[in-house]
Amino acid sequence: MTTNTTAAYQNSFLREVEAHVEEGAWVKMCMQCGVCAGSCPFGPHWEHSPQKIFMMIRAGKREEVLRSDSMWMCTSCYNCLVRCPRKLPITHIMHGLAHYAHRLGLAPKGQPTRESARLFWNNCIKHGRINELKFTLALYFKDGLAQGIKNALAMQGIGLAMLKAKRLNPFAIFGGHQCKDKSGIQKIVAKARELEAKRQEQAA
Amino acid sequence: MTAALEAAECGQQVLLIDKAPTLGGRTAQLYRYFPKMCHPSCGLEINLKRLKGNPKLRVMAMTELVAVTGRRGDYRVTLKVRPRYVNENCTACGKCAEAVSSEIPDPFNYGLSKVKAAYLPHLMAYPQRYVIDASIANTAEGEKAKAACPVGAVDLGMQEETLELTVGAIVWATGWRPYDANKIQPYGYDRYQNVITSVEFERLADPRGPTGGQLLRPSDGKPAKNIAFIQCAGSRDENYLRHCSRICCMATLKQTQYVREAGGDGRSTVYYIDIRAIDRFEDFYQMVQADATVSFVKSKVARIALNEVNGNPILHGVDTEGYHRYATEHDLVVLAVGMEPEITGLLGNGLAAAIVLDSSNFIEGCAGASADAGMFAAGAAASPLDVNRSVQSATAASLKAIQVVHKTVSTEVA
Ligand SMILES: Cc1cc2nc3c(=O)[nH]c(=O)nc-3n(C[C@H](O)[C@H](O)[C@H](O)COP(=O)(O)OP(=O)(O)OC[C@H]3O[C@@H](n4cnc5c(N)ncnc54)[C@H](O)[C@@H]3O)c2cc1C
Ligand code: SF4
Ligand code: SF4
Repeated sequence: MTTNTTAAYQNSFLREVEAHVEEGAWVKMCMQCGVCAGSCPFGPHWEHSPQKIFMMIRAGKREEVLRSDSMWMCTSCYNCLVRCPRKLPITHIMHGLAHYAHRLGLAPKGQPTRESARLFWNNCIKHGRINELKFTLALYFKDGLAQGIKNALAMQGIGLAMLKAKRLNPFAIFGGHQCKDKSGIQKIVAKARELEAKRQEQAA
Repeated sequence: MTAALEAAECGQQVLLIDKAPTLGGRTAQLYRYFPKMCHPSCGLEINLKRLKGNPKLRVMAMTELVAVTGRRGDYRVTLKVRPRYVNENCTACGKCAEAVSSEIPDPFNYGLSKVKAAYLPHLMAYPQRYVIDASIANTAEGEKAKAACPVGAVDLGMQEETLELTVGAIVWATGWRPYDANKIQPYGYDRYQNVITSVEFERLADPRGPTGGQLLRPSDGKPAKNIAFIQCAGSRDENYLRHCSRICCMATLKQTQYVREAGGDGRSTVYYIDIRAIDRFEDFYQMVQADATVSFVKSKVARIALNEVNGNPILHGVDTEGYHRYATEHDLVVLAVGMEPEITGLLGNGLAAAIVLDSSNFIEGCAGASADAGMFAAGAAASPLDVNRSVQSATAASLKAIQVVHKTVSTEVA
């Protein structure tokens, strides 16, 4: 009987967020004042403002939250974070949610920020530092060959100007600058992943 | 005032000091006060009558406590008395004010208007004596005031004095000040003329205020018809004041009635997180909710922009009931600013060590063991309280102070 009557109040998704999302323990501190939603320069362009996301978490809307593309629209301007009357680290929570959704494979497929972040980190870990040319090309061609050529043509002017200003090295396509101890960096990343996995296991 | 009167009426010797040139505090600066919407002059009159008839009570205006040592029953206090440049002979005839031409921002109207540099703080000021502002004391203007006085009350030779006395107990009733709205940058109080504070709005509504009681907006002097009230301006906010100032919801509900009573087609919109009509004031809230001239938007305004053409502030935010984004123009915005303890930042000379403050700088009590306590806080110095509750807390503090004096005197005798 007790379980039945209290079941509605046992918000398992809020608990899940508290345990697994960076700074997730702050979500319950939100008082729904709306300052963050009104302060976000991107506000009008996303479906779920931080205020709304935090309420959805508390209302147990797991699928909707984790599949939302709102967290991926955050530009880290920190407007909400500095103005929140309850000092919630909103920007960090938004990134934490995005990361969690990504790990679970629920983040929206093809979401541009997610894609570029994925390409960026793959590139960075592989080379030990970012290879700008390869990263740019990968971004251009992420939606297929035809779209890639279109993108490249559209950005032609900027590309040529960067070449002229020696900000872009065409030979980087053959490898470009590498860092001294590439495998060392890869080991650091692998170790960090291992620690994170262990932490997640403990939280679960 | 209440704390002093209660003790004096119990037969204690009481010294009431106020750093202002008059008693009455900020209550005297309200146009009317909730919940009964009466004028503060009424309560003030009653208290002044009690005070004038009581030989046990002595008032020192323009006086501040600067240091305290000793212990319960035997405190040595150091007082600093600022020169008023006007002595007891003053009959408040006002000839000195007629004679001078310099003006200063009128503190009674929060600087919204000017007053002569020889002035009576307000009509019911007590002591009922003029003040010569220090800025003209040593000038030809000061001499003019002196020459004009028919009873020789102007004394330009007055100096700041320091006094030391011994007292048995101390009641701190130092009150509050409006939170500095300039610190709330997104609201642009410092940039937009038509964004004002709730205490300034009180003065606008008062027939004795700077606009003769008309709700005129500062930028162009036009009647304000479409007025926004922003709640928790500086309160309940870790970036500003962390406490709920407790009275500003009621103050706004009251002020919407000033708008309605001004007649015409005035409308009020209240932007709020939640309305905290404390205690029995829920009735008042319901009365205002039923008022067709008042609407409520559940949202803390995120920022204010300016319509450069007509000077209207534009409020930006998202409401909590449906998450609708709004950008709403109003003629005038009133920030319901929070109450900050007046002593914030003023404690020095060992005072800081003598009293204990809470995390918002309200006075909790005396430092040290409670059995040694001989200092008590009353009114808005203790907590953000309305007039009624300030008076109750003053009576309570006074009773504790009387006990201290009784107990310490009897131990000494024994
Ligand atoms: C916009 C607004 C509207 C309000 N409207 C209402 C209302 O309608 N009804 C209601 O009940 N309440 C209202 N209040 C609250 C009301 O103003 C307070 O409850 C009241 O002023 C508290 O009285 P007090 O005597 O404790 O403090 P104060 O009024 O602040 O008086 C403190 C006194 O101490 C003196 N003082 C300060 N520091 C020193 C010092 N260091 N040494 C010597 N003297 C010192 C000051 O000069 C002053 O005379 C309103 C408040 C606001 C902000
Ligand atoms: S600003 Fe802070 S308290 Fe207000 S809705 Fe956003 S997260 Fe919640
Ligand atoms: S009384 Fe109302 S306006 Fe004032 S701080 Fe509390 S909730 Fe905010």
